[in-house]
Amino acid sequence: MNIHEYQAKEILRAHGVPVPPGEVATTPDEAERIAAGYGGMVVVKAQVHAGGRGKAGGVKLANDAAEAREQAEAILGMQIKELTVEKVLITPAEDIDTEAYLGIVMDRGSQSDVIMVSSEGGIDIEEVAATNPDAIQKMAVDARYGLLPHQASALAYGLYSEPKLARQAARIIAQLYDAYRAAGCTLAEINPLIATPAGEVKAIDAKMNIDDNALFRIPDVEAMRDESAEDPAERKAREAGLSYIQLDGDVGCCVNGAGLAMATMDLVKHYGGEPANFLDIGGSSNPDKVVTAFEIITSDPNVKSILFNIFGGITRCDDVANGIVEATRRIDLKLPIAIRLTGTNEDLAVEILKENGFEAMTDMDEVVKRAVELAAGPSS
Amino acid sequence: MSIFIDGNTSLVVQGITGRDGSFHTRQMIEYGTNVVAGVTPGKGGQVFDDRVPVFNTVSEAVEETGANASVIYVPAAFASSAIFEAADAGVDLIVCITEGVPVADMMTALPYVREKGARLIGPNCPGLIAPGIGKIGILPGQIVIPGPVGIVSRSGTLTYEVIFQLTREGIGQSTCVGIGGDPLIGTDFVDCLRAFEEDPDTRAVAMIGEIGGTDEQVAATFVRDEMSKPVVGFIAGQTAPPGRRMGHAGAIISGSEGTAAEKMAAFRECDIAVAERPADLVGLIESRL
Repeated sequence: MNIHEYQAKEILRAHGVPVPPGEVATTPDEAERIAAGYGGMVVVKAQVHAGGRGKAGGVKLANDAAEAREQAEAILGMQIKELTVEKVLITPAEDIDTEAYLGIVMDRGSQSDVIMVSSEGGIDIEEVAATNPDAIQKMAVDARYGLLPHQASALAYGLYSEPKLARQAARIIAQLYDAYRAAGCTLAEINPLIATPAGEVKAIDAKMNIDDNALFRIPDVEAMRDESAEDPAERKAREAGLSYIQLDGDVGCCVNGAGLAMATMDLVKHYGGEPANFLDIGGSSNPDKVVTAFEIITSDPNVKSILFNIFGGITRCDDVANGIVEATRRIDLKLPIAIRLTGTNEDLAVEILKENGFEAMTDMDEVVKRAVELAAGPSS
Repeated sequence: MSIFIDGNTSLVVQGITGRDGSFHTRQMIEYGTNVVAGVTPGKGGQVFDDRVPVFNTVSEAVEETGANASVIYVPAAFASSAIFEAADAGVDLIVCITEGVPVADMMTALPYVREKGARLIGPNCPGLIAPGIGKIGILPGQIVIPGPVGIVSRSGTLTYEVIFQLTREGIGQSTCVGIGGDPLIGTDFVDCLRAFEEDPDTRAVAMIGEIGGTDEQVAATFVRDEMSKPVVGFIAGQTAPPGRRMGHAGAIISGSEGTAAEKMAAFRECDIAVAERPADLVGLIESRL
């Protein structure tokens, strides 16, 4: 799960990281009022789950409250990477002497959390990694002991030679690590981490990605989920325990298992079609889940055929067949459908489907070819 | 022969009285696996299905029955604790089927398991099956036949699909291992490839990867540098868009890293024949046996 900058900043503040004040506005009026409260220059920042907000024009400086209102008017409703901006963060502008990068990421290769710092802040760390990899210092943390004080200190002195700044940075690195652990993060970034001319180190932007699997034990973070930032069909799928991602094609795919679902999409493409979605119905063959899957697939107006690819291991094919029959009774299905069921209780499943007027196949390649033909229409 | 499991494997089931645990215990026994004990805290002293003694702790189960392997079917919130407990009890092999385990939990469990000298497979995996010998986990027994092909995969049902297609053509398997779809797992491709290389009954290996991470690229280099046996590969997720998690927590393309194209290119560079479709694996394997 992704959270917004203002939410990540709340978490950082709770762990003691110095973060300038900020408030969220959903209307230009609110933005003006908040800016007037701060007085002086403010920054108006789009709150949207996408990188590159600055480049897209979603971050603007305003000299006064009236200008903040204008900027908010321009930014609210703007599209950034196909996401609509619903909220802006208003925060006082800071005097900046230097900009650095501080991040923690779960690293699969070393199977540990890796802290990265770079004195080249304010730009994407990927860009620094590509152009000037030596400017990034990395340190793997042994999760059993946590971040040790000398490690934080070593990283901090790598960023700042001035002891006054380095001591603040070491404290912030430790606080960020605590926040990362407490909020179940797989990524936490402060970019930029600034030093002001007055010698204060502060976080003026923040990004966090949360491990979905950890949400069950951090309800206060789960509560930060922004449902308006989520695709409605994807939200419906998530709530039903399905995993769905909409794509641009016209063959609606319904598969059990993530790997098989991806392989099925690939095969659709291989036979000249375009998958409309990724959809994993998981191990359960509960008819309600199958009905929800149908509803989600058919809510996509681009879909021209529906492809079912089920490999029954634990999942019983007859349960899925019953689910398909049940679903087509409950919803008025106008689209052609190609079904493949193999494995546990396959014979029973084929019988159930035949009795209800469906054709059932047993080979993956055959069913994908059929679904692609059906999507192309009767003429081909 | 087989890898990680053999005729001497005696298994303790953690979470034996749960819905999944009890169902799959019966399936494993039916397949011929030597299930010697179960563990459910608070249910020690009971006997599962009139044949498997249940203990409160894994240590007791190991002391009383000599179990040397464990399989875990407990809910995600308790999975890492179950892994720690199994490692502490001194079993050699721990297979964690549970999905949805927080990565932070694995971050501490993985080094602990290694220090105890145990092998962990998973989490979020279907387990492993050695046709005719036994199975640990949830792989369906009816689709495998004994033979010379080793299978290692990050997926569940896609693995079944590949096994099914091989079996349909009469090509049997030595051992099939599902290593799991999470970003942090106990046993990776290289561990399995090394074991297959050493297994006298494995003559070729099918490696089934997917988008996300760089495990397949590392494995490709291992195949080139360390293996004499032929390896063929398939990568799922050629049509997956970057930045979107495709079901498995590990299946996400971040930046330019982890794409199917990149992994397929790494395979080809290391002389691993790449199947465009799962069905193509059959012919590629057949021509290398």
